[in-house]
Amino acid sequence: MSTMIESEAEHQHVLGYGTFIKVWVALVILTLALVGLSATHNQALMLLGLLVITPSKASLVFYYFMHLKYENAALKYMVLATLGVLVIFLGLTFTDYLNR
Amino acid sequence: MSTAVAQALPLPHSEPSFYDQSKRQGILAWLLTTDHKRIAILYLISLVTFFLVGMTLGVFMRLEQLTMGPTIMKPTTYNALFTLHGVIMIFLFVIPGLPAVFGNFCLPLMIGAKDVAFPRLNLLSWYLFMAGAAIAITSLFTGGGPPDTGWSFYVPYSVTTSTNVTLAVLGAFVIGFSSILTGLNFITTIHRMRAKGMNWMRMPLFPWALYATAWVQVLATPILGITLLLIILERLFHLGIFDPAIGGDPILYQHLFWTYSHPAVYIMIIPAMGAISEIIPTFAHRTIFGYRMIVYSSMAIAGVGSLVWAHHMFTSGMADTAVIVFSLLTFLVAIPSAIKVFNWVATLYKGSVELRPPMLFALAFIFLFSIGGLTGLFQGALAVNVHLHDTYFIVGHFHYVMFGGTGFAFFAALHYWYPKMFGRMYKERTAIVAWAHIFVGFNLLYFTFLVMGVQGMPRRYYDHLPRFHTGHQIATVGSWIMVAGLLMMVINLVRGLFRKTTVPANPWGGVTLEWTVPSPPPVENFEVLPTITEPPYTFNPPAKEQA
Amino acid sequence: MDASAEGQVTHAEHRDYAGAKLGMWIFVFTELVLFGGLFIAYSVYREMHPHDFHHASGELNVTLGVINTLVLLTSSLTMVLSIVAIRLRRKGQSMLFLGSTMLLGCIFLVNKFFEWRAKFHHGLYPGSEHLMARPPGERLFFGLYFGMTGLHGLHVTVGVTVMAFMMALLRKDRIRHDDFIKLENTGLYWHLVDVIWIFLLPLFYLAA
Repeated sequence: MSTMIESEAEHQHVLGYGTFIKVWVALVILTLALVGLSATHNQALMLLGLLVITPSKASLVFYYFMHLKYENAALKYMVLATLGVLVIFLGLTFTDYLNR
Repeated sequence: MSTAVAQALPLPHSEPSFYDQSKRQGILAWLLTTDHKRIAILYLISLVTFFLVGMTLGVFMRLEQLTMGPTIMKPTTYNALFTLHGVIMIFLFVIPGLPAVFGNFCLPLMIGAKDVAFPRLNLLSWYLFMAGAAIAITSLFTGGGPPDTGWSFYVPYSVTTSTNVTLAVLGAFVIGFSSILTGLNFITTIHRMRAKGMNWMRMPLFPWALYATAWVQVLATPILGITLLLIILERLFHLGIFDPAIGGDPILYQHLFWTYSHPAVYIMIIPAMGAISEIIPTFAHRTIFGYRMIVYSSMAIAGVGSLVWAHHMFTSGMADTAVIVFSLLTFLVAIPSAIKVFNWVATLYKGSVELRPPMLFALAFIFLFSIGGLTGLFQGALAVNVHLHDTYFIVGHFHYVMFGGTGFAFFAALHYWYPKMFGRMYKERTAIVAWAHIFVGFNLLYFTFLVMGVQGMPRRYYDHLPRFHTGHQIATVGSWIMVAGLLMMVINLVRGLFRKTTVPANPWGGVTLEWTVPSPPPVENFEVLPTITEPPYTFNPPAKEQA
Repeated sequence: MDASAEGQVTHAEHRDYAGAKLGMWIFVFTELVLFGGLFIAYSVYREMHPHDFHHASGELNVTLGVINTLVLLTSSLTMVLSIVAIRLRRKGQSMLFLGSTMLLGCIFLVNKFFEWRAKFHHGLYPGSEHLMARPPGERLFFGLYFGMTGLHGLHVTVGVTVMAFMMALLRKDRIRHDDFIKLENTGLYWHLVDVIWIFLLPLFYLAA
């Protein structure tokens, strides 16, 4: 019974240190870019930061640090469904607030 | 899964069951159990107790309305009563409801598993439930006394009132975690522990219903959690999120509250529908009509049901555009529910219908839920809603769906799985007499509410005008008939536990896996985990064992 | 629960690696929705009071916010390296990385402590007279600021505590190269805490 755990766990390939360090570097760069964009006080650039850079950082954490890239499709759909639900909650709430 | 399997396993009646098979003795065998079946029974005892308490509060509310002006209590007491009646019935009975009792008992059995995915987490769920209940009950006796805000705790009153909102809301917060963990447990169980050969489209409809419900539990309940937390923070630290005096928006509270509390009603009804989908085929002795459509509609109700919450807020002052959007979405969500009603009725067609107690409750469910659902559509229409909001029509509507719907389904499930859970049988004739009382009293009470609501009787009012007086009297008498039936039912079920005759594995002729194991099941459920090779609800000539 | 001679354990809960991971992911979903509710509140109020939010954000310490972001990002790295290490049978390194994660978590909390203390010194706390005198949008901003960073800080504290337990399990070889799901699940929780902060940074500190 216990040998089942090993084979299941080990068949997941182990990523080396290198990949994660690269992801970390990307995250740091993106963070600094984000700060740079906000320092310009330019509305459009700040929006870019919020809508592009921030989700990209979160995606990197999900995909690599949380191993989502290597998980099965069902789990990926679940993550999308959860985020989708949040977007829907926000969106429908705004049908009120944008029309006041 | 077919009756052929049941026929192949003749089982003696007196073998040891999970009741006898515990490492521990006495009360610890229950309080420290991780057996899903024992946990289910712990929930059953708790839920029935809370139901009876909530029911008693309702009786007192109806007594107060028997005469105009004060009858047996002050107005402030009445406010506390309807708040408590709502909180207890909703959070301590209907929401945990079928998943906590029948989900816990039957899910592993119906998918051919030994237990749920996380048995210890399951026990923790029950403890969280009891802790939350204890905290909420404490709010009755400390500080400013029980909350009088209504179970919906609307701001600004819930933030400014001196009654014990903080504790009550904290109790609900803790109970929310119980619900979340149960949902988490069930999703994982269904994904990971189905028997060999049971692919998704061979899974019976009650597990499917539990699956759809579990996603709602997991994705909607945290919104309630954060909303209640904000109430507490507001009361304790004046965070000011909902305070209009500083620019906060009380309507935002309503948005956040109903974003959970509307999906919550689908947490209440989807498992109920799942149980009905099990009972109808068994007592019609034929396969369910439209298995796939029932599966899809369960998931659709869960999904679309999460998009309609602001139909509770049409008169709140939110933007007209939002009102229109939510009204449209509300009409859409009726479609999958209606599909199920058609499927159940179609199942009866050319079936060999047997009117045993579970079936009577199930048929009543279809009738009562249909009325409830249809009245919901009236409310979804904007212009009508303005007239009906906060009247007795609404109260009638939600009692038809929550009580006539989930309540009756709970009773149906209880009468259906009772022999499996306890290895005994209640007196069927008494059950039917009780059912008749409940059904008649229910309609007398709540149909009258619908009429009074259209006539303009407001809800949560301690007193009423003379023109509503007859209606209130009829309703109160209806409540007595109904309560008589409910008490008869509970007493009958309790007395059944002490009867001498045991029951076989399959007293009803069901074709799902739980009927292939002894009544009650052994602690590990299956001696040999089954392998599934057939679609669900395959009825060969009925092979019912006679008790 | 029994351990065989070679240290292989057969706990009931270790029977299903994928199941245990799925359970943890579902818990992550609930946390996302929990914070999501607060993000909805933030979005609504920012839409209603854009100028006040912009102005109030200017009073937050961007440097400290960015430092804390880098601290958490790095802690996410050390967390995942801790898991990689134990899978490669490098127990010592794994413990080192886990300890670093805990340390970085504590640094985050210390920074937060100083940040909040500075605010309190300036009379900026929920219900304070100073705050009440401000325009509504600014009061909402700070209410959300304390609420969201406070709830987040609570989650950081819980995370560090759980890691302490994991450290003990690592030391006793109850987390091993062939049985590391507890550590992996701790990692999932910690990365979630990181993701939430990734969103908190621009919404509160960079909104000016």
